[in-house]
Amino acid sequence: MTDTVAATAERETGPGPGTVIETRGLTKRYRGGQLAVDGLDLAVPAGSVFGFLGPNGSGKTTTIRMLMGLIAPTSGTAHVLGRPVPTAARTVLPQVGALIEGPALYGFLTGRANLVRFDSADPTADPRTRRARVESALDRVGLAGAAGKKAKAYSLGMKQRLGLAAALLQPRSLLVLDEPTNGLDPQGMREIRSLVRELAAEGTTVFLSSHLLDEIEQVCTHAAVMARGRLVVQGPVSALAAGARGRLTVTTPDPGEAARVLAAHGATGLVTDGDRVSAEAPPGEVELADLNAALVRGGVRVRAFGVERASLEDAFVALTGEGFDVTG
Amino acid sequence: MSQAELTAGPAVRAPRRLWALGILRSELTTTFRRWRTVALLGVLAAVPVLIGIAVRIETGDGSEGGPGGGGGGPAFLSQVTNNGLFLVFAALSATLPVFLPMAVGVIAGDSVAGEASGGTLRYLLVAPAGRTRLLLAKYASVLVFCLVATLVVAVSALAAGALLFPVGEVTTISGTRIGFGEGLLRAGLIAVAVAVSLVGFAALGLFISTLTDSGIAAMAATVGVLITAQILDTMPQLDGIHPYLFPHYWLSFTDLLRDPVYWDEMVRNLGLQAVYAAVFGSAAWARFTTKDISV
Repeated sequence: MTDTVAATAERETGPGPGTVIETRGLTKRYRGGQLAVDGLDLAVPAGSVFGFLGPNGSGKTTTIRMLMGLIAPTSGTAHVLGRPVPTAARTVLPQVGALIEGPALYGFLTGRANLVRFDSADPTADPRTRRARVESALDRVGLAGAAGKKAKAYSLGMKQRLGLAAALLQPRSLLVLDEPTNGLDPQGMREIRSLVRELAAEGTTVFLSSHLLDEIEQVCTHAAVMARGRLVVQGPVSALAAGARGRLTVTTPDPGEAARVLAAHGATGLVTDGDRVSAEAPPGEVELADLNAALVRGGVRVRAFGVERASLEDAFVALTGEGFDVTG
Repeated sequence: MSQAELTAGPAVRAPRRLWALGILRSELTTTFRRWRTVALLGVLAAVPVLIGIAVRIETGDGSEGGPGGGGGGPAFLSQVTNNGLFLVFAALSATLPVFLPMAVGVIAGDSVAGEASGGTLRYLLVAPAGRTRLLLAKYASVLVFCLVATLVVAVSALAAGALLFPVGEVTTISGTRIGFGEGLLRAGLIAVAVAVSLVGFAALGLFISTLTDSGIAAMAATVGVLITAQILDTMPQLDGIHPYLFPHYWLSFTDLLRDPVYWDEMVRNLGLQAVYAAVFGSAAWARFTTKDISV
């Protein structure tokens, strides 16, 4: 089932025009022999808000570093905005804003001076508009009031905002945000989320890595899931969530009998827990009402009957095998 | 949306012709705005003042101090009481073997590794600063620091010398006398010669800085190499390698106080520094442009 989703997604977003990030067999083996990223084929459609999911150590940050030209791939190719990286990184990166593995600042400089420093590092940035661009970036992330403070006095949330401001110093075609809401309070998270939506509405493609699944579900149009260095699945978020089938749950004082009847009707992945019996939701052509009727005919006293819709979190857990095993 | 539209994106300005200047200015302000840099310069400025006060206190032991103590550094001390200008020469001779290169070692060793350990290196590179361009800017700002540090010692020595002692005609090592103005000019030349002496060591420090992601480790290793080279340079058994050690000709600047000026050793020093700068500059470039930035 998940394979079909991946295949469909591949066909829909596939390589070629309209792809902002595209990798082919991208692989990184570190000197110790550890395989961090293994044959990654990623396709990020233009204009999408692309969620990049995966447990710690699954190769997300290594992938982002390869896309940004910071580390060289062992094999495979990567294209960003249609140009190969790291070869063409110098022409591509001015159009890319990035927040990689948290913010890094010069503690002895003020927030404003930090932005001036990063902007001066970009040879395409116009020094005549620097002041104005720095101020508007500070404004955009809500740091205008604290811009004169030394960065070492900033809280983690403020550092995160300043890192975001650095990514917004110029109009960008692509924003790469690695865990952008880390260290922010709920209000800050909401602000960043609405900022991401705003930027996406302006036509910027946003590539967002996060552990917070509800965040991905709220903000992203597309997503990819990594596990142990490999791409497990990618595609539109709606397709991914649909890919993880919901669970059919029956609450009854006769769980044993209920399980027998469900099994007889072809239900798989049966789990009995007290007075609850659950199974994988049957394929679409099975009429749930018929199943319920069969239970009742079999003498099962049904208290509750229904399908719990799968969230992206279920899909994530099912795909990466992290946490408890949903399929029982 | 087509690929062409995508890549066109927001209008991207072509890099300016003076593409290195913006980042160089940024490097310089970042370096000199650090409290650590200011503290290093403060220590360097204090050394001549301390020497001057010490000499002033010891003034009791006569003021003969015949000219030319063989060109060795501390020999200038005996002349300071006669002429405050000699405090410049004495202070540079006293700081060149240890204090000046140590300060340069701290700045050069930290230049790349410090940014790596702070994480700011990755943001400079995705800006994108360009690895070659960033390295050149780093080396240039270290060289500016060499010159500034030397000038701080010289100017502080000149001020302390003029305040504590009489100034006037200068007796050269060769025994001739030159006017104060000419003496001042020579002092300026000596400061430049001392700064140039540090060029090779600065490149070495930059190279070490590209090898590690720890600023502290790079600074310690750079200063360690300095001390090792200084020790090797004093061992007579290793005579054969002495001409290839970067500190070997450092004190050749005293030849600027001869009349006429004796250039041989200074030219040799210049050549040696150029070789060190070329070798370790290339090594730093080769390392830095191919390095995986994973911090």
